[in-house]
Amino acid sequence: MQGKLKVTLLTGRTIEQGVGKEYGKSSPEYYEACSMVYMDADDMKKLGVKNDTHVLVTTPNGSVVLRAVKYPRSAIPGLIYIPYGPWANAIVSDATTSIGTPSFKGTPAEVESALGKPVLSMQALLKKEFGR
Amino acid sequence: MSVINAVTCPICGCLCDDIEVTVVNNEVVKIKNGCAVCEAKYLGYNSEHRIRKPLMRKDGKLVPVSMDEAIHKAGEILANANYPILYGWSSTNCEAQRVGVELAEEVGGVLDNTAVVCHGPSLLGTQEVGIPTSTLGQIRHRADVIIYWGCDPWSAHPRHLERYTSFTEGRFEDSEWKSYVNKVKAAAGMKKLLSAQRREEPKKVHDTAAESVDFNKPPETLQKEGRKLIVVDVRKSMSAEMADYFIQIQPNKDYELMQAMRALVRDEELDVDQVAGVPVKYLREVVDLLVNCNFGVIFFGMGLTHSAGKFRNIEVAISLTRDLNMRTKFLIMPMRGHFNVSGANIVFAWQSGYPFGVDFSLGYPRYNPGETTSMDVLLRGESDAALVIASDPGATFPKRAVQNLVKHPLIVIDPHMNATAMLGDVVFPSAFVGIEVEGTAYRMDNVPLPLKKVVEPPEGVLSDEEILKKILREVRLIKSQKTKQKTEAA
Repeated sequence: MQGKLKVTLLTGRTIEQGVGKEYGKSSPEYYEACSMVYMDADDMKKLGVKNDTHVLVTTPNGSVVLRAVKYPRSAIPGLIYIPYGPWANAIVSDATTSIGTPSFKGTPAEVESALGKPVLSMQALLKKEFGR
Repeated sequence: MSVINAVTCPICGCLCDDIEVTVVNNEVVKIKNGCAVCEAKYLGYNSEHRIRKPLMRKDGKLVPVSMDEAIHKAGEILANANYPILYGWSSTNCEAQRVGVELAEEVGGVLDNTAVVCHGPSLLGTQEVGIPTSTLGQIRHRADVIIYWGCDPWSAHPRHLERYTSFTEGRFEDSEWKSYVNKVKAAAGMKKLLSAQRREEPKKVHDTAAESVDFNKPPETLQKEGRKLIVVDVRKSMSAEMADYFIQIQPNKDYELMQAMRALVRDEELDVDQVAGVPVKYLREVVDLLVNCNFGVIFFGMGLTHSAGKFRNIEVAISLTRDLNMRTKFLIMPMRGHFNVSGANIVFAWQSGYPFGVDFSLGYPRYNPGETTSMDVLLRGESDAALVIASDPGATFPKRAVQNLVKHPLIVIDPHMNATAMLGDVVFPSAFVGIEVEGTAYRMDNVPLPLKKVVEPPEGVLSDEEILKKILREVRLIKSQKTKQKTEAA
C-alpha cells in the first residue's frame, strides 16, 4: 500500500453536476455531485482507499478533501476526474499559457487517504479559501 | 392550466426548442421533451436557493436592502473604479449583453464572457485558420460520420445526439437509435453469460489489469452500415460507451494524434507503432473511414481547449478538417456550453469588434488574450472592482483569480445564491431568462432563437437588462455630478 500516489488531474462535466447546478449551487444535489473525485479502481487499492471514503488531493495550487468514487466505466490508471465546481477550482492550475484560459485538465496532482478529515461544504470552503 | 409549446430551453448550447411546459398558477409543474438538466431547471429554479431581494455586505454579512440603495452603491463602485471587470454574460439574453457593452465602454472596464474558461481557445484557433462549419440542421440530415473529440455530449449536452446527430432521423441518414438499443441488449446478454461462466469456474480470476493495458480495440465495429459515431477521449465517458468506436488517448496528446491523422489523410507513412497510445494500424482504418465518408463532422469540447496546446489543438483540429475536405466533405463545430455564450461572443464582436476579453480602459476596444481577458487581469491583480452577471466565477475560476476578485468591491447579478453571490458585496436578484424573461439567444451553430417567457418573475425581481440599464443610468449620473463639481471647483 502506498502513502501517496502521483496522478494527472482532469476536471470536467458530469450530468449530476449539470442537474445540481440548475437546482442551485447551494443545493445538496450540487454538493454531492461536485465534492467528489473519480479514481481508478486499482489506484484506490494501491492507496488502500475504499469507495465513498475521503481522500486529500494536492497540487502546487492547493489541496482539498474529496469523496473518492471508483470510476464506473473503464480503467483510468493514473488519472483522477473531479467535476467542475469550487472544490475542483481550489486546486486546478491557473497557468494560462499566455492566452487567458487556465489549465483545467492534464496537470499533475497527488492523492492520499484522508480518513476522518471532512469534505467541506461550499460555504465552509469559500470561507477557508476567500475569508467570506 | 396552460400548456406552452415550442419553448426554447435556456441551459446548454443545444437550445432545444421543442420543450413543452405546463404552467399552473404561475408555476411550472410539468416538462415534456426535456433532458434531466432541463427538468431540474424548470422544476427546481424557484427553490429556497433563489435570491429575492437585493443584498449588500454590511459588517461582513449580506443583508437585504432596497433596490435604490443597491443601484446607487453599484453605480458608485463602477463610476469610481479605474479598471473594473465586467464578466459573465453567457446565461442571459442578447438584449442584456448589449447594455453590458455600453456599460463597459462607459466605465472603461474589461468586458469578458465565460468563453475565457471555455471555448476562448476555439475562438483563437478559428481566428488563426478559419472554420469550415455549418448549421446543425445540415449535420442532422446529412452527416454519416460523427466524431466527438474531448467532449461528452451525454453529460454536458444531453440531447445533442438525439436532436442533431446519431440518434436523429435525418432526410438522408437514418437514426442509429435502434441499432444502439440492440447493442446494449447484446452487451447485457454477454455480461450475464460471462458471469454465469465465472460462477462455474470460480478459481479463474478475471484479469482486469491485462485488459486495461491495451485500451484501444481494433475498429471492427466501424464496419457497420449507417451513421458511425466515434468518440475520442482520455476516459470512457458515457458518450464513449454509446459510440460505435472509442479511441482512448493519453492526456495532453490530442495535438500529436491529430497531426498523425493529418499525415495519414495525406497518404504519408508514419514510422512509429503508436501515437498518443493509439496503435497506428487502428488509426489508419479510422482515417480510411473518414476519407471515404460522404459527410463527416467533428464536434470538440473542453478536452481540447483545456489540455496542453489549448488553441493550437483547435488550430490542428480545424487543419485536419481542412485536409479531409480535400478528399471528402468534412465540418467542425465547438460544443458551446452556456445557452447564450455564442450570443455573448456575437454581441461583443458586433459592438466592439472582438468576441471576448475586450479592454475599454483606453477609451476604445482592445483585444489581446493573454493580456486583456478577465483571467489575465485578475491573475495580475490589476482590477479594482468587478461586476459579475449570469455566471459563477466563484465556482469556475482558479483559486488565485477568485482571491483577487474578492479583494475589491464585487457586484453580482444572478437569480440564484451561487458561490460568487456568497462572496459579493452588492447582490441583485434577477429574473430567469427563458423562463421569466423573453429574449434572443444564439445556439452553438450561431443560429439565433427566441426565448419565451412562461411565468411571471417574483414581485420586485427585475430582468438583467433592466438592472443593467438602472446601473448605467446611475453611473452616468454620478459621473456627470463629479464633472460638475470639478468645473465648479475650477
